Amino acid sequence: MSKSVGKSVTRVDAYEKATGRAKYMDDLCDRGALVVKILHSTIAHGYVKSIDTTAAEAIPGVVRILTCFDVPDIPFPTAGHPWSTDPGHQDVADRLLLNRHVRYYGDDVAVVIAENEVIAAQAVRALKVEYEELPFVLDVQKAMEDDAPQLHEKYANNILKHTDIRRGNYEEARKEPGLICVEGWYDTPTVQHCHIENHGCYAYEDSGRVVVVSSTQIPHIVRRVVGQALGIPWGKVRVIKPYIGGGFGNKQDALYEPLCAWCSTQVGGRLVKLECSREETFVSNRVRHAIRTHIISYVRPDGTLVARKFEAFSNQGAYASHGHGVVAKGMGAFPQLYPCDNLECDCWSVFTNRPAAGAMRGYGIPQAMFAGEAHIDDICQAIGMDPLSFRRKNLMPVGYVDGFSKNELYHDSFNQCINKGMEILGYEEKLKEYQNQTGPIRRGVGLAVFWYNTAVWPISLESSSCRMVLNQDGSLQFQTGETEIGQGCDTAYSQMVADAVGVPLKDVHVVSSQDTDITPFGLGAYASRQTYIGSFAIAQTAAALRERILRIAHDQTRMPVSNLDLVDGQIVRKSDGRVLKSLGDLAMECLYSLEASEHITAETTAQIKTNAYSFGCSLAEVEVDIPMCKVKLLNIVNVHDCGRLINPALAEAQVHGGMSMGIGYGLSEELKFDEKTGKPLNNNLLDYKLSTFVDHPTLEAAFVENAEPTAPFGTKSLGEPPACSPAPAIRNAILQATGVAIDTCPITPHVLYREFKKAGLIEE
Amino acid sequence: MYDMKALYQAKDVADAVSLRLQHPEAHIIAGGSDVLVQMREGKRAGVELISIYGLDELRGVTMEDDGTIRIGSLTSFSHITKDPIIQQYINVLGEAVDQVGGPQIRNIGTIGGNTCNGVTSADSASTLHAWDAIVELTGPNGVRRLPIHEFYIKAGKVDIREGEIQTGILVKKEDYIDTYGHYIKYAMRNAMDIATLGTSVNVRLSADKKTVERARIAFGVAGPVPLRARTAEALAAGKPVSMELAEAFAKAVKEDINPRDSWRAAKDFRMHIAVESAKRAFIESVKLAGGEL
Repeated sequence: MSKSVGKSVTRVDAYEKATGRAKYMDDLCDRGALVVKILHSTIAHGYVKSIDTTAAEAIPGVVRILTCFDVPDIPFPTAGHPWSTDPGHQDVADRLLLNRHVRYYGDDVAVVIAENEVIAAQAVRALKVEYEELPFVLDVQKAMEDDAPQLHEKYANNILKHTDIRRGNYEEARKEPGLICVEGWYDTPTVQHCHIENHGCYAYEDSGRVVVVSSTQIPHIVRRVVGQALGIPWGKVRVIKPYIGGGFGNKQDALYEPLCAWCSTQVGGRLVKLECSREETFVSNRVRHAIRTHIISYVRPDGTLVARKFEAFSNQGAYASHGHGVVAKGMGAFPQLYPCDNLECDCWSVFTNRPAAGAMRGYGIPQAMFAGEAHIDDICQAIGMDPLSFRRKNLMPVGYVDGFSKNELYHDSFNQCINKGMEILGYEEKLKEYQNQTGPIRRGVGLAVFWYNTAVWPISLESSSCRMVLNQDGSLQFQTGETEIGQGCDTAYSQMVADAVGVPLKDVHVVSSQDTDITPFGLGAYASRQTYIGSFAIAQTAAALRERILRIAHDQTRMPVSNLDLVDGQIVRKSDGRVLKSLGDLAMECLYSLEASEHITAETTAQIKTNAYSFGCSLAEVEVDIPMCKVKLLNIVNVHDCGRLINPALAEAQVHGGMSMGIGYGLSEELKFDEKTGKPLNNNLLDYKLSTFVDHPTLEAAFVENAEPTAPFGTKSLGEPPACSPAPAIRNAILQATGVAIDTCPITPHVLYREFKKAGLIEE
Repeated sequence: MYDMKALYQAKDVADAVSLRLQHPEAHIIAGGSDVLVQMREGKRAGVELISIYGLDELRGVTMEDDGTIRIGSLTSFSHITKDPIIQQYINVLGEAVDQVGGPQIRNIGTIGGNTCNGVTSADSASTLHAWDAIVELTGPNGVRRLPIHEFYIKAGKVDIREGEIQTGILVKKEDYIDTYGHYIKYAMRNAMDIATLGTSVNVRLSADKKTVERARIAFGVAGPVPLRARTAEALAAGKPVSMELAEAFAKAVKEDINPRDSWRAAKDFRMHIAVESAKRAFIESVKLAGGEL
C-alpha cells in the first residue's frame, strides 16, 4: 500500500517558506499592536524593594507600566509536559508573572506597554529599581553546600530533586582483585537553542476570552499554563500556533505567553505583542542544563565492566521548568547502554542563580553521552584496548529489554550503525595511519554511540488525536495537535495520510496551524515523539475514514464492503480490480444527496502505551594544530537506526541539523557568566560561538532501517538523536590525535591551550 | 525601528563638513554596521546622525601621480578585496578585510568606518598599521593627514576633530613597493567573528631574496589600540632569511605587546598565539616575497 511513505517527496511547505509567503507570528500581528517590553533584573539574586515609574510614565506613548507589585499571587509551572491529574506528578509551580524575589541576572521585574518599540525601550530604560541584594551562587556543587544562598524556600540545599539507581553490590564487587579503576569528571556547558525565530507572541481579548498567538511547540499545553497563571478557566484561553522558526525545546515551555496574555487583560483586552530580542532569548527563555558528571568504572583487563558508579550534578538555574526529568533521563541511559551488574547511580537537580534550564534537543542525553562516551575511551586508554572492540564487547546486546519502558533492542543496530559509519569514514585505515604521530599538526579519529527513547511513555501521557475531512473532489484536510516547527512533520504526516487512507499525496491538505479552539487535542513537538505518536492517530483515523467511505461506497454501488477498496483515490472492486468510481464522485454524490447527505469526516484519539529505542553513532576525523590550539573537523558521519524512514531527504536534513548542533556543543558554544556579578557575558550571536557553515565539513548522514515493530509505519525517534553523539566523537578523535583526554566541552582553543600546556605539548 | 532623533544626509564632502559644524553632537554614519547595532543596543539610542553614505566621491581605490594608493573612506570591504590595485600591491589588505563578519557585512561595511570606530580588533587596522598608512581627514580648514598610529588615541577614540570627516586612507609607494604581507586572523570560528588576535606582517627582501631588508608587524587586540612590534622589526632588519630568524622575530614580539586578560581570552593565551602567529605570518610573507626558509 506504500506509495508515498519512504519517498523523498518535496516538503508540503517548501514553496510557502522559500517564497516568504508562510506567515509567522510577527507577520500575522496587526501593525497597531501595543508593544510590551520587559525590564530584567540587573542583579543575580535579591528582592525588588521599589520601582520608580515616574520618569517612564512621563514619556508620551507609554500606555501602562506593570511591575512585580501588580501581578496576581499565583505560582504556576512552565514545563511543556502533559499535565498530570495526580498532584504528586505535577510540575513544580515556582513562577510568578513578574518577580519581586529575583533569582538570576535577567529575571522579569516589570513591563512597559507602549505604542511602539522605541517608546517601550525608552521607558524601560527610564525605570528605576531599588534592590536588596543577596549573595548568589552559580556553581552546581557549591549551591548544594550548607551555607549556600537558598533560592526557593522548600528546597533545602537548593536540591530540586535527587534520584538514584542501585543494582547488585557496587562496594563488594569493586573489591575483586586485579580490577583497573578508571575515574573521571566531565563537564558540559550551558548552551542555548538559537532557533532562528526568537520566541514572541501576541494576545488580545475576544468575547470575554483571551487569545494568544505564539511561536510555540506546544499550543495545547500553553493554553493550560496560561489558564493556570491567570487563574482563569482553561476554556477561556485560546492559543494559536502559526508557522514557527524552530524551537529545539526552548519553546517546549510556556515562555512569555502567560505574561503577554495578562498584559492584554490589563489594557482592556487591547492587542499587545511581546517579542524577545536575541539577547533576551539567551538569558530569559530557557537554556540546556550544564551537567557535571562523575564516573568511576572498575574493569577487568579483558574489558569486562564489573562495577560502576555514576553521579551527575545538573545545574537547574533559577526555576524548575522541566526540572529533574532531564538529568534523570541521562542517568537512565547509563545502565542500559553498557549493562553492568553492579551499579550505584545518583543524580541531583540543583537550583543556582543562572537562567532557568529547560528542554533542549536531547534532554539530558547529549550531556550523558559526552561524559559516558568520553569515559569509555578513557577506560580503553587505561586498559590498552581499542575503543571499537570495547564497545562491541560491552554495548547493549541484541534482545536487551528495559524493565521500565519495556523497550527492546530487536536488531543488531549498534554494530550495523558502527559498521556503516566505519566504512563511510574509512575508520580502520585512518585509525592505523594516525597512530604514533609527532609534530605540531596531528590527525585522529573518534567514535561515540548514543541511545535514545522515543516519546515519554510510561513516565507521562502519550496520546494524539487526528481529524480528517473529505472534500467534494475527493481530497481531504487533516489536522493533529502535533506541531510543525520546521522539522517537516507536516510532510511526513501527509505521506502517512495518503497511504493510510488510499489517496494520492496531492489530494492531502495538511492544516498546519494549531488552534486550540479547533485542532484536536495533542501535546506537541518534543521528546522526538511526533512521527511515532502521530502515526498511531493517523493510522487509526484513516481506518475510520476508510470504513466510512467504503460504507458510503456500498450504499452507492450495492457492492459488499468486504469486496471494496480505496486505492489511490479510486473505489475499486477487489474481486476483479475494476474501478467503480472515483472518491471525488463518491463525495460529491454523498454531500449533495437529497436523501442521505453526509459530511464525511473521521476523528479519533490514539493512546500510545509503547516506546521505542532509537540508536546510532557518530564518527569524527579531526586535525589538531597544537601550537595554534585549534581543532579542524575534517569529516563527520552520523549513522542512525530510527526504524523505517518516512521521507529520506527530510531525515537526512534532520540529521544534518543535529550534527551541526553537536559540533557547536563539542567545539565552541557556551553561555558564560561573570563570576563577580552573575551577569551573562556573551548573550548575543557574535560572542556566543554558534558554529557556522564554514566551520563544518560536509555532514554525512546515513541510516540503517530496521522497522520498529510497535509503530504503524515502522518508524521511531530521529528529532533529537542526531545531536547526542557528535561532541564525544570529536573529543575522542582529539584524544587519538594528541593523547590528550579533554574532560570538558566545548573544546575551545582556551581549553586546548590549558590542556596542551599541562601535557607538555606546548612549551612556555 | 531605531531610536533616532534626526538624520541629516550629506550631499557632498563640503556639505558633510557643514552639517558636522551645525550639529556637533551628531554621530557620523557610513555603512551603519557598527552605529545601527549600537543604537539598537541602547548605547547610541536617541542620537542625531549625519549620513555620509551617499558620498560616492569617497568610494574606490585609485593611484595618485606620485604612486600613492588612495582608498576612499567609503570603499566597502568587498570592493577593497576585489580591487586590482589592492590585489597587485597590498593584497594582504584585501585578504584581511575579506575576513570581516560575513558577506553582507563586507558589502555594507567601509574601511573608513572600520578605522573611525577605533577598536583594536578591526581587521583592516593591523594591516594598515603594518603598512604605515596615512589617514586623511577633511574639515573646515581643509585637508589634514596623519599617520594611522597617531590617528588612534585610545580604545574607541580616534583623532577626528570638530567639523571633520575621514575622506581617505593613503599608502605611500615606499611603503608598499616590493613588499609582501600576510594576515592571520585568530578567532573562535571561521566566519562572523571578531579577532581574538590579528597579526599582520610584511617584508621586503633583498634582490637576491636572501636578506630581509625590512620587516613590519602590527597586531590587533594585543593592546587597547592596534600596535606595532618594533623590537621584532628591528631584530629582523638586515638579517639573512632563515627559520631561526622567523623564531627569533616571533619571540621578540613579546617585548612590545601587552594583551589583556578578559573573559574573551586570557593574556597568556593571547601572548602564546601572538608568538605563533608572528612566526607563521613572517614565514608566509617571506615565501610570498620569493624567499626560501
